[in-house]
Amino acid sequence: MKTKTGIGLGFFAGVFCLLSFFPQLPVALGLKVGDTAPDFLLKSTSGKLVGLKDYKNAKGYIVVFTCNTCPYAQAYEQRIIDLHNKMAPMGWPVVAIMPNDPSVQPGDGFDRMTERAKERKYPFEYLFDEGQKVFPTYGAARTPHVFLLDKDRKVRYIGAIDDNADDESLITRRYVEEAISAIENGTEPDPNLTKAVGCMIKVKK
Amino acid sequence: MKKLYLLILLVFACYGLQAQQIVESFDDFAPLLKQTQTDTTYVINFWATWCPPCVKELPYFEQLQKSTAQQKIKIILVSLDFRKDLETKLKPFLNQRQFSALVVALLDSKQQQWIEKVDSTWSGALPATLVYRGALRKFKEGEFENFDELRDFVQEFLDPKNSNLRHNE
Repeated sequence: MKTKTGIGLGFFAGVFCLLSFFPQLPVALGLKVGDTAPDFLLKSTSGKLVGLKDYKNAKGYIVVFTCNTCPYAQAYEQRIIDLHNKMAPMGWPVVAIMPNDPSVQPGDGFDRMTERAKERKYPFEYLFDEGQKVFPTYGAARTPHVFLLDKDRKVRYIGAIDDNADDESLITRRYVEEAISAIENGTEPDPNLTKAVGCMIKVKK
Repeated sequence: MKKLYLLILLVFACYGLQAQQIVESFDDFAPLLKQTQTDTTYVINFWATWCPPCVKELPYFEQLQKSTAQQKIKIILVSLDFRKDLETKLKPFLNQRQFSALVVALLDSKQQQWIEKVDSTWSGALPATLVYRGALRKFKEGEFENFDELRDFVQEFLDPKNSNLRHNE
């Protein structure tokens, strides 16, 4: 028992040493593929408080961190609407979360979110991450940023919606749709992680 | 064609406009991320006109350029603006700002394939800055609050005492 504790302490000391020598070493925060995502309860522009548990018959959830103001999020806005309209009837709704702090980005205030959701007729819930508690636990870094969860809230895919933000006609991979097909066919999404340009999530300094 | 290109460059030079390059493929850009000479520090900032925190920090890079004029440093501002905004937004912005640093517009939309190659820790969020000299590298996702923060980030690369990377002059 004692030696075990010793090894444990040694390990932590080692990690600590490494971290102090390489302060810029990336410390992975947030969810990775395979982790179970936490549920949440957030204010929606629909007027309700919404959490994943409210989707009784969902086969999974397309959680998208997005916002009003980021031009990349705007470039994807219609595609997110289309994605919901196509996938929600199959049991995979979009759940959109706005992670920015409105005191830093006033265009993303809850009233402005409500306006935009109404104006663009969002068919999905558009939730406000008030107090910015949810996005760090997910590890969202930018808008837009997708976390695809299965019905057990297990993370199956993280990344972009497709492979061309610039020009929809040049898309060759629809990552989220392909990942859902893979899961429905009992296989793993490939890729299960993609990176794309986006806006930093705005946090109060 | 070459002559025309030179002529255009000359015209730019006469009007005091900064050098601008449009790069379609990341493969053509990649060599800028791994220059092997150990006497020159490369500061590569990824930004876009649509990104307010990026635009806010651009003057710090200009200031860095001026304050390090005696040192071997190359500052490259890599715009990730949308292709459709090139003429309507990026060029007018550059004409107005008159940056002395080299500006590259990187248009390769296959971001999934190249973001990782810039730095494995980069999520793709803007702004982001890579500094390197030879094998010494540092990467930051997010903005610099002020010039001092940027200068401190770059300082260790410019310090000739620092490591075996002494200037060969």
